[in-house]
Order: sequence, then structure tokens, then C-alpha cells
Amino acid sequence: MDIISLLSEPLSYAFIQRGMQALILVGGISAVVGCFVVVRGMSFFGDALSHAILPGVALSYTASGGYVASNLFLGGLGAGIVSALVIAWLTRNEELKEDSAIAIVFVTMFALGIAIVSTQASYSADLTHILFGSILGISESDLLMVAAMGAAVLLVILLLYKELLIVSFDLTLAHSLRLPVERLRILLLLLIAVTIVASLQAVGIALMLALLITPAATARLLVKRLHHMIVIASLIGVFSGVVGFYASYYLDIPSGACIVLTLSAIFGVAILGQSTWARLRDGE
Amino acid sequence: MSIFKRNSFDISQPALLAEQLSAGYPGNRFALSDINLSIGGGERVAVIGPNGAGKSTLFKAIVGTLQFTHGHISIHGVDCYSSHIYVGYVPQQSEIDWKFPASVFDVVMMGRSRHIGWFRWPSKRDRAIVNGTLDHLSLGDLANRQISELSGGQRRRVFIARALAQDARVLLLDEPFAGVDQTAEKEIIDTLVTLTNQGITILLSTHHMHNDALQFDKVLILRRTILAYGAPNEVLTAQNLRAAYGTSTPVLHHGADQLTFGVDQHRDS
Repeated sequence: MDIISLLSEPLSYAFIQRGMQALILVGGISAVVGCFVVVRGMSFFGDALSHAILPGVALSYTASGGYVASNLFLGGLGAGIVSALVIAWLTRNEELKEDSAIAIVFVTMFALGIAIVSTQASYSADLTHILFGSILGISESDLLMVAAMGAAVLLVILLLYKELLIVSFDLTLAHSLRLPVERLRILLLLLIAVTIVASLQAVGIALMLALLITPAATARLLVKRLHHMIVIASLIGVFSGVVGFYASYYLDIPSGACIVLTLSAIFGVAILGQSTWARLRDGE
Repeated sequence: MSIFKRNSFDISQPALLAEQLSAGYPGNRFALSDINLSIGGGERVAVIGPNGAGKSTLFKAIVGTLQFTHGHISIHGVDCYSSHIYVGYVPQQSEIDWKFPASVFDVVMMGRSRHIGWFRWPSKRDRAIVNGTLDHLSLGDLANRQISELSGGQRRRVFIARALAQDARVLLLDEPFAGVDQTAEKEIIDTLVTLTNQGITILLSTHHMHNDALQFDKVLILRRTILAYGAPNEVLTAQNLRAAYGTSTPVLHHGADQLTFGVDQHRDS
């Protein structure tokens, strides 16, 4: 089989095409949002929030009679937004350490989610879908939903880029310029929540963090300005979406795992390449 | 002449006016109390006092980061909470994440933020202003450097450039000379002299004032409130310094034509 047919064969089915489009979308969007997560050191928040959406997902899932479908977004988004706001509220005046607040909300929500899912007969299979994603089950309306959420997130970042940059870099300047610091912080938490929910079906809860963190961390190694980092990270995210998709198709491995392994491989090459280059440069 | 408006920028008003100011944090609401202070346009004021004397608190109150408990601050007649364009702030080095992916240009552009306005990106004019500011402070060659690749003196000057790009009329510098060598100190001072020549008012907190290039017009000795404020040779007396620093009295040197002192930062706590 030649390379063209190798690449085009999977795309002859509409549902597989949709899967690929979804992976490209979530790969790119998560990478953009992930840049803010990485520069602000919010990895733990990202991980926690992706787990905290479980009860919402489980509720919509149970409500639809154990069918993994579109309304997962609604439940997930609800739980994600509630968790983000509760964390923002708990940490508003630093009396409770942020990581403790995040951890408490995270485990509570995740446990609640497991309790809800366990009421279903097909419990373990369902949980597997939610935890690891089921990209080929994505419907036309799911894909539209992912695209709409992604577009909204990108638009907000485009419009508020300089404010988000200042709030991430120098809180004192943000305060002195009278930026609405707290609202911008909550906005960023909400952007992360929406991104996570959009990526839910593609990679599942367990591997979500990789989509946020790895492209951004890789880009951080390669460039020195935030907007460059965002561009490079989104390219890495999209590329990994494509590679992960084909790997998943031909090796029959879940799409989430394939994307994450691709991302990690790119990160590995980047960090080895960068340290080698640094050694060569310093050796001169 | 225009009708007098209470909250409009007026260069003839004091650059900084604080009246009966008290400020602090939860748990220590009166880290500063009863501050009455008037600083004229273009003056250079050194703020000295032991650690915990409230120097950073005073700056944060002026810059508007800290809600104060009582009193009033105005900048050239503009209430402190609406004066964001006019006050620039150079933070202590430890407050900044130097590994952050931002170039010198990016950091200085942040100062343009409120001029650019919401939902907009920098215009050609903003870029020209930033580049002009960098050239003005001889930082043009460093525009594309990542901020971690700068020396201590350059780091301070980048933040001074940011305040200039912001059109600040009052510049606050929190410990600008901490942890920099003499060359860097000289660079920073040269930059500050450039600023005062433009009529910008400078307040800086410091632990040592042994630099002869930057002549301070006034010295403010702070320890929860103002212990002394006035011309350096009137204020920097052994008695005042002992009142401020207690047992860890700074060393006072009577030079040929100026008075300097230095404090061992590690002794006072």
C-alpha cells in the first residue's frame, strides 16, 4: 500500500473523518490554553479540573440511559464551571493554600462522579469511555459543539491577550493599571474548563492534562515569547492530533493514548535537542 | 483657564500628596499609619527604614495595589485609584518570574496596555513608542532578549522603561539597588537622572545611599509612620537613624561634601 492510500484509507468513513477533525481541533485549542496553564504554573489545576468534570459527565450519561452522547458536554461544562468557581472562591484571599483547595474540590467531585457512574449496570465499560475517550463515537453535532467551544475560547484569548499576559506575568502591574484581576483569573479558569470539556470525548479525563501541558511545555523550550509559544504549541497540538489519529487507526490503540504518546515523543526530542544544542553552544 | 476639576491631572498640584494615610494587610491593618506627605514634581526622594518599616506597603498603597485603611492619596491632583496611568512601579526582583516567556519589548509594551484600550492589539504608534523608549534608555539592542538573559541593572532599567512607556509621572522603585554590583548601580542611576531631567518624580526605597551621582532632594525615614522627612543633611542624623533602626544602627559616614550611610541588610530583621 502506498503512502497516499495509507493516509486516505481511514478517511473514507465519515465517522472516522469526524474523529480526525475533532482530534485536530482539540489538539490545537488545548495547546493554546495550555500555554497560560504552563506559564502560570497551573498544571495541577488543569489535572484537577479535568477530573472534576466527572460527576457532570456521569449525570448527563445516566440521564440519557447510559449512552455516551452529545449531552455529555452540557453536564461536563456545568461541573467544570462549578468546580472552577468553587476553587476560585476558596482561594480568593489566600487563607487556604491554592493546591489544597484544588485537591479537595478535585477528589470530592471525582468521587461523586464515580458514585454516580456506579449506579449504572454497564459501569466499568462506561467509565473506560469517559476516562480514556471514545473518539469514533463523536457525532456531527458533537463536532460542531467542539468547534464552537474552541472558537469561543480562541476569540476570548485573542481579544484579551494583553490583559491575560499582564495578569500572568506581573500582578502588581495588573493591579496598578486597575485591571479587573480577579475577574480575569476566573475567566482563565473558565477557559480551561471549557477547553477540557471540549477535549473530553477525544482523549478522556485521564489523559487530558497532557493535551494542555505537553505542547506548551515543549514550545516553551523552543521559543522565548508567549505569543510565539502559543503558535508553536498549537502546531504541535494539531500535528500530534493527526499522528495520534493514524497511529490509533492502524495500531488499534485508543486515540487518547496515541496523541499523548506522540506529544511526549515530540517533547522528548525537543528537550534532548535543546540540551544538546546548549552543550554544543557552550562548548564552542 | 479651565474650570477646576477635582479629579483632573494638574501639573501644578503636588506630584504625590498623602493625607492621614493608614494602610496595611489583613492581620496588620496599620502597617503604616498617619502618613502625611507632599512631594513636588520632579523631586527625587529616598525612602529608608528597617525591614518591615512599611516601605513596600507605602509603595503598594500609592500604586493602588493595596486598599488603604484610612486617608487619601493623590497624584498631581488625581485620586490614587484613578491615577493608574501616572504611577509607574519597579517591583522588587523577587516579585518577578524571570523565566517567563517575554522579551524586553513585550515587558515594555505591557506599560502601553491602558493606552491601547480593551480588546485591542498594539498599534504601529504603540510599537514606535516602545522602541523609542528603549532607544532613549539605551536598551534598544536588548529589545528581543528574553528577560532572564539580562543583567541585574538591565532588568531594573527594563521596568523603568515600562513605566516611561506608560507615561508615568511618578516612578516608585522598590529596592532597586538590592543585589546589584556597582556598575549596575551606576547604570540605574544614570537612567534615573535621565528621568528626572524629564520632570518625572522618583521615590525609591533603599538600604544604602552611598551613590554620589544621584543627589536626592529629600530623604524620608519610615518606621510605621514618618520619623523624619526633609533635605538629606537635615534628616540623616545619627539620632534619626537610631530611632529608625534601633540597635542595628546604620553606619554614618561624613564624606567630603555629603552624608552617606549604609545598612547591613542581614543584621536587622
